[in-house]
Order: sequence, then structure tokens, then C-alpha cells
Amino acid sequence: MVHNKIRAGLRDGIPIALGYFSVSFSFGMLAVQDGISPFHAVLISLMNLTSAGQFAGLTVIVSGASLVEMALTQLVINIRYALMSVSLSQKLDSSVKTFQRMLIAYGNTDEIFAVASSKPGTVGSKYMYGLILLPVIGWVGGTLTGAVASTILPAAVISALGVALYGMFIAIVVPVAKESKEVLLVVAVSLVFSSAFYYLPVLRNISSGFTIIICTVAAAGIGAVLFPIKEEQA
Amino acid sequence: MIYAYIFVMAGVTYLIRMLPLTLIQRKISNIYIRSFLYYIPYACLTAMTFPAILYATESPFSGFVGLAVAVFLAIRKKSLIFVAGFACAGVFLAERILEILPMC
Repeated sequence: MVHNKIRAGLRDGIPIALGYFSVSFSFGMLAVQDGISPFHAVLISLMNLTSAGQFAGLTVIVSGASLVEMALTQLVINIRYALMSVSLSQKLDSSVKTFQRMLIAYGNTDEIFAVASSKPGTVGSKYMYGLILLPVIGWVGGTLTGAVASTILPAAVISALGVALYGMFIAIVVPVAKESKEVLLVVAVSLVFSSAFYYLPVLRNISSGFTIIICTVAAAGIGAVLFPIKEEQA
Repeated sequence: MIYAYIFVMAGVTYLIRMLPLTLIQRKISNIYIRSFLYYIPYACLTAMTFPAILYATESPFSGFVGLAVAVFLAIRKKSLIFVAGFACAGVFLAERILEILPMC
């Protein structure tokens, strides 16, 4: 069975688009607070379409770090997309051409990948285009709205919205950590490492971009060595 | 300089997504690499969230309230928007309470 209706894709994309709008709103706001212009913030969202990577990228830009550090940060944080892309390449219908795969690759986010994977059978290019379109509009539109609003909104509201992105991260991590003690261990290791790099002398001098890389590689590496997961889970 | 950052950022992100989707057609079989890739989002999101969330608001107290609300709702498997929205509301309320409390 092939899912290849653009309308079905659009419909499945609506909840993702709404979620993206609220999260990218806080990204746009944060970017402007950090001295990035609304235009550049929107450009970042349009070209990257990724929450964690953009958020970390913002830190790299603000700290004035090197382009190598930027490339490494993005590589480590976004390397998970490589696995999703491998998995999605099996999920795409054989009718999807290489050029179409190159377009679909742009929109392979955590949520879009999750929805596409949940479809029985294979998915076609039209379904994928439909699925990707609204989340992109939500992501870019939310960034623009947040960037503009940050100059208007009162400080109390801006402070409160500062946790929106973290709230989304927590909503992704906690339910899985609750069900899987392996993921819980990885989360715990990452938590300890990240706190150590934030509070301990010497360690806290390391830039936050590299801190995220080190914590991620260490925690995921320890998890992979101690608890290599069974084929059907990954 | 900002454009150099943006292009490096976007280029790396796109290549990570594009290359496997176009080049690799067969499954990765190494269980350790698969496991490592599987654990990465959780390790990464955790490292980005804590302790940064404590310093994302006006005070660590309100940041902690946001964290607690989010974890509480996430354990109950609420949706992304629901968790993020109520975390923000928790921070807002906590900061109003801090304002009311006498600062001595």
C-alpha cells in the first residue's frame, strides 16, 4: 500500500505545524534577544528546519565561536537525522526518484519522520511534500512572529516563554525515559555531565557548543556500549 | 559573518539529512552504531535542557517551576504544545508570586 495523497499529507502536518509555531515563536524571540535580526532569524529557520540544532547554533553565533565549532555542533546534534534518513529511505516508495529524495531530505525532522514512519506500507513523494509544507510554514511563521513580538511583549511574558523550547524537549525525552531504563540511564548520564560542565571550575570554561557535543557523545556512547538495543527498537 | 554561520549551519544540517536518504539504500547492521544513533536525541536534548532551563527565566526559582511542571505533564504523556504551554504558564505564575512576596 502506497500513501501518496498530498491532501492526506497536509492533514497529518497540521498538528506538527501548530507545535512548531509555538516552539519557533520562542526561537525567534530568543534570537532577537541575542541580537540577531528578525530577517536572519527567519532565514535560519527556513534553511535549517530543526529545533535543537538552531538553538545550539544560536549559542555558537552569540559566543562568536569558530565556523568549525559551528559545523561540529550541528554535526553532533543533528547526526540523529542520518539514522532517520536511512530509515526513511527504506520507507519511501520505490517510485520516489533521487531528485525527489533530495527535496524530501530538507523536511526530515523528528516529528515528520515519526509521522511518515507510522504509516503502514510505503509513502510517496506527494504525501511527503504535503506532510512537510505546513510544518515549514508554521516553523518560519512562528519564528517571524516571535522575533517581531519580542520587541512588543512585556518582559514578564518573554521570561515565561523562555521555557517553551525546553518544555518541548522535556515532552520528547521524559515519556521515553519513563518506559525505557536504558534511555533513562542515558538521560541521567547526560544530566550529570551537563551539570558538571556548567558548575565545576575549569570545565565551565568550555563553550556551551562543545559542552553539548561532549555530553551527547559521552552519554549516547555509554548507552550504546552498556545497552546495545535490539534490532526492532532502533 | 552571520551569513557564514547560517550557511555552514544549514549546509551541515542538510547534508546529514540528504546523503543517507539518497546514497544509503541498505540498513546499518552494526548494533553499536545503531544504538548510539538511537540514544543521541535523548542525550542531546537533556544536555541542552539542564541546567540551562534554570537560567532561561527571570530567576532560577521560576525556571525550576517550569521544569517541574514540564516533567510532571510529560510523565503523563501530554502533547508537546500542552507541556510547553503549561511550563510557560508555571513560570509566569511563579514570577508573579515572587513579586508579591516581600523582598527582605
